Amino acid sequence: MKQQQPLTIVAGRLVTPDGIHDGALRLVDGLIDSVGVDPQDGDEIVDAGGRLVVPGLVDLGVFAIDKPAFHFGGITRAALMPDQSPPLDLPSRVSYIAKSGKPDFWVHPLAAATRGLEGREIAELALMREAGARGVATGRQWIADAGVMLRLLQYAAMLDMVVIAHAEDAALVGSAVATAGEIATRRGLPSAPPEAEAIALARDIALAEMAGARIHFRQVTTRAGLALVRAGKARGVQVTCGVTPAHFMLSDLATVEFRTFARLSPPLRCEDDRQAVREALADGTIDVVASGHDPRGPEDKRLPFSDAEPGMAGAETLLAMTLSLVRDELIDLPRAFDLVATAPARLLGAPAGALATGQEADVAIVDPDRPWVIQSAKMEATAGNTPFDGQPTQGRVAQLYKGGVAIKR
Amino acid sequence: MTSTPNPPHAARYPAGGLAFPHRDLIGIGQLERHEILFLLDEAEQWVALNRQATKHENLLSGLTVINAFFENSTRTLLSFEIAGKRLGADVVNMHAAQSSVKKGETLIDTAITLNAMRADAIVIRHGSSGATQLIADKVDCPVLNAGDGQHEHPTQALLDALALRHALRARGAAAEDFTGLTIVICGDILHSRVARSNLLCLQALGASVRLCAPPALMPVGIEAMGAEVFHDFDAALEGADVAMMLRLQTERMSGQFIPSAREYHHLYGLTKERLDRAAKDALVMHPGPMNRGVEIDSEVADMIDRSIITRQVEMGVAIRMAALDVLTRRARGVAGWGEAA
Repeated sequence: MKQQQPLTIVAGRLVTPDGIHDGALRLVDGLIDSVGVDPQDGDEIVDAGGRLVVPGLVDLGVFAIDKPAFHFGGITRAALMPDQSPPLDLPSRVSYIAKSGKPDFWVHPLAAATRGLEGREIAELALMREAGARGVATGRQWIADAGVMLRLLQYAAMLDMVVIAHAEDAALVGSAVATAGEIATRRGLPSAPPEAEAIALARDIALAEMAGARIHFRQVTTRAGLALVRAGKARGVQVTCGVTPAHFMLSDLATVEFRTFARLSPPLRCEDDRQAVREALADGTIDVVASGHDPRGPEDKRLPFSDAEPGMAGAETLLAMTLSLVRDELIDLPRAFDLVATAPARLLGAPAGALATGQEADVAIVDPDRPWVIQSAKMEATAGNTPFDGQPTQGRVAQLYKGGVAIKR
Repeated sequence: MTSTPNPPHAARYPAGGLAFPHRDLIGIGQLERHEILFLLDEAEQWVALNRQATKHENLLSGLTVINAFFENSTRTLLSFEIAGKRLGADVVNMHAAQSSVKKGETLIDTAITLNAMRADAIVIRHGSSGATQLIADKVDCPVLNAGDGQHEHPTQALLDALALRHALRARGAAAEDFTGLTIVICGDILHSRVARSNLLCLQALGASVRLCAPPALMPVGIEAMGAEVFHDFDAALEGADVAMMLRLQTERMSGQFIPSAREYHHLYGLTKERLDRAAKDALVMHPGPMNRGVEIDSEVADMIDRSIITRQVEMGVAIRMAALDVLTRRARGVAGWGEAA
């Protein structure tokens, strides 16, 4: 549905890239017309009542399109990982997916880097770009063959597509489901050293530098890994990275009861690594916070820990968890929305993710303090596999607009 | 010999069901020291019974015990089966080697099925850590862990403690617990649930535990559980009172962990010469099955005055009888153990 009538949101606290401004936001023809002006005659008026007016969230790297959950979480766009069945490794699949969320949700498909995501043959990236792919992703797996990875990065650089990579050395990880350490040892869980991440990062950063490619690591979760990203940025490599709330909220202590909702990939790390993630969010090393949304039902999760599939339903909790970083005074509000909207939109080259004239009118009105309790059994997502079950939190979306049109919830 | 379930040292424990207030036996990690001693003391009467010509009691008469083994086992299954039968229970064995059981809902469904058949106790062995707890959460009867992945094997640790106690008492020691003893556990610690359960149990009873394995077979962070870590077996054995040998669990290994069995024996095999580094008269234990000539030489395994390997097997039946008796007391309405279910 197209926006029929100009809409002005008044009395909001607008979170823009250059700070918070009290005022109005005018949306016309599906675009942001102006920021901070008075409404004009004939406009529909919405009173934000002093709440936050923010860009709709752009979720970089999800595994399922789950509209009710995304809308609950204020997410208006998501980049879909190619790990689908079948994988997004053909232009036809990409173009089908690119249209699948419209009109009230936009899906940005990520093209599979290799055919079948097997890490051997590079897929038809240029044709998939034509079909609507906004980036390339290696999928849940690391590409073990350095030669394939180098050629992939060179090719993606030529096409100016960002490569979204998974950084865990596959040989070290094997069939591990936990991070090596006291918790995994006490529980007898197959585990891999956390250095598997830094080893993979070091190689891929070097290859990206060689290829002059843009590389984005969807999740960097260890102190050593973050140090490599920080150093790469300092010497001018086009490297960015993200994380999901699980790795700044939880450590491997969350797995002590064999709770499979805490079975994630990469696995939860030790407390020192969690602190390192929080430091990297504060100092700007981490560019993106994403939900990693991966709803999984009992057939994947009601199993012994090492037999369960990894993943969490994260769309509904992304905003509240990110706002907790603001409440903890780790980051400020503009930085919070840079992490969940502006930066991911920039990486994807999508004209959204910020309250600025000419951007798509994807806007949320947010009550940042509203308390609620995360309850696995009562989630909008197709499955309630949240590692935050039972946790009280704050911050809810009051109203969401996609292209200037209010989304009924 | 008395067959009433009166603990021999009643004053050492809280009264009645408070002596063992758990519905299930999932791991040593959940037990207090006095609960471990309670099970050991309870087992003594069954050691005595098992040495009689007629080895039968009717304590569990009319109760159904299901041994659900999702992983191959001979000795543990047999030991549980004999334990249940000697107490008069109806014992049913369910073999569901993991290859034939589809993963996924099947495990939970199996648990629900067993529950619906009104089992009075379920004994579980499964290849995945935490599987026993998962099943215990879904059923209404006591669950006994007969080994879950690389996590715990509590009855093995208890029977090892009982065997050690008997060996020490046979030498005239009081052996109320194992304070002052140094025990070496050597072998594939990484893949061993026996090592984890024994570490917890032996420490709870006062022993110092040394773990010995090549680095690739030593789990990261095990020092945090209070063990002293060695890679040099000769150094680990120095002055030790007990050497507990574990086999290489090649079935759990993905990739190569040691170059060869011959080389492993060279570094970690318990030979008679090596045993001389330990304390005089040091005892030798092995949970079985043994790979003679790999982790232990035959002449050591068969030393009459030092090896208590067969005694471990004997104690296994008694410990499992004690566990089945104690865990079903509530359902049987034993006085002081709560209402009958």
